Amino acid sequence: MAVETEAASQEVAMMPVVVEFSGGLEMLFSDQRRHSLSIPVATSEGKPTTVASLIDYLCRNTMKDTRKELFVLDDHLRPGILVLINDADWELEGEEAYEIQSGDNILFVSTLHGG
Amino acid sequence: MAPALCAVCKTERALIKRPKNHQKLCKGCFIQIFEDEVHHTILSSNLFYSGEKVAIGASGGKDSTVLASVLKTLNERHKYGLDLVLLSIDEGIKGYRDDSLETVKRNAAQYDMPLKIVGYDELYGWTMDQVVETIGKKGNCTYCGVFRRQALDRGSKMLGIKHVVTGHNADDVAETVLMNLLRGDLARLSRATSIVTGSNASDVKRSKPLKYAYEKEIVLYAHHKKLDYFSTECIYSPEAFRGSARTLIKSLERVRPSAILDVVRSGEDMARLVPGQTQDACACKGNATPAPVAAAEEDNGGGCGSANGRSTGGEMAAMERQLKEDEKAAEEKLETEITMLKPKAKGSQPKPEKDSKASSITVPIMKQKLGLCERCGYMSSQKLCQACMLLEGLNKNRPEIQI
Repeated sequence: MAVETEAASQEVAMMPVVVEFSGGLEMLFSDQRRHSLSIPVATSEGKPTTVASLIDYLCRNTMKDTRKELFVLDDHLRPGILVLINDADWELEGEEAYEIQSGDNILFVSTLHGG
Repeated sequence: MAPALCAVCKTERALIKRPKNHQKLCKGCFIQIFEDEVHHTILSSNLFYSGEKVAIGASGGKDSTVLASVLKTLNERHKYGLDLVLLSIDEGIKGYRDDSLETVKRNAAQYDMPLKIVGYDELYGWTMDQVVETIGKKGNCTYCGVFRRQALDRGSKMLGIKHVVTGHNADDVAETVLMNLLRGDLARLSRATSIVTGSNASDVKRSKPLKYAYEKEIVLYAHHKKLDYFSTECIYSPEAFRGSARTLIKSLERVRPSAILDVVRSGEDMARLVPGQTQDACACKGNATPAPVAAAEEDNGGGCGSANGRSTGGEMAAMERQLKEDEKAAEEKLETEITMLKPKAKGSQPKPEKDSKASSITVPIMKQKLGLCERCGYMSSQKLCQACMLLEGLNKNRPEIQI
């Protein structure tokens, strides 16, 4: 653990991921469905990047809209938003704790909008 | 980590975890099971008969798009013999409905179904944009709701159709159950929970085949079948009371996914206990008592089959309360009358005007006689139907008179 922390603090390694938004969430992210991003492999504390830290990253770096509460509520993804990790329900992958791998496709779909 | 395998076929990788029973399914098995369950709902509620013409209330949103796709699939697979038509309402809201109607037009081509669009402007001489311009945003959902109710009926009649299906899902029903509970309005539970409504109140009946389908699964179905749907919120919708109920439901689901269907079932059970509400869960038998209430209420409780259904605002609740007080009186009366007269207790719509406060307290509405609106000929127990009442108020604020 100690070694990991040290390594991370030196140089921030990045990895490519594709993040997609649909079901109305696009509007929070510049009306753009697909975002090809390069995100840090690890957090500033040296922990591997998880879905939770990705959500945090997206809020700080990708979201231009000020209505953050439509995406995050009480420090967690807003209930009613589904996450698919490489097309699989994130509930099968450990939800927020899932450690993101290089090249992953993470899709956020809102179920909250009108049908 | 080793990916979980599908609990059914045990060969494919599981991609879906079902909220109601935590079952892990692959894409193919999920789609199959989702369709099978809707098929089961349809069969067990005797929703359709062979040769029936059915209009799908289509907004272009996920629910109605999934409904259209599933009904098309099931109709072909199980030979229902249904004649399916898409029916869309154009409320006249720029930047909202015009975009979603484009989706519906694509759906019509994709599903090879005829599409009928009826507009508020042609029916009422007012678009919602104009209504909001005149009365402001406050209370506009009331107008939209009343107008839509009639618009779906009239659109169906233009097509010679007597059955409209809407995309209401389990989450919608749970939401409405909660709202009625929170308002202390048990009388409306029956409407919120029954799968078929309105067959006696108007000659067009409504049903919701996706009543037991989780919103999550509807979205996943649309995703995995790559359906083309449109998602946006009505630009006029206030997120008041229904919005809170919705947030609550979603938070409950996160902690306990079965909660949604549990609330639906509780709603059904409670509805059975409410005096005057004798419907069973699938409501496939004649439901003389609650039906008269149906016509008026559908819109208010999210009965629009489109996005706006979930946008009921606080000011709306106030109006609903008035409506409902009238209804309650009417209903109790009807309940006793029906056994003796057994008329088709159609169209006893309460009047939604401002003075109904007074009437609901003092006048126990002795007899609601069925008639037609003097102005438009729509079924109404009053001289003027609800839409014409609202239009009258609107037209007073506009110098020229239309139709």
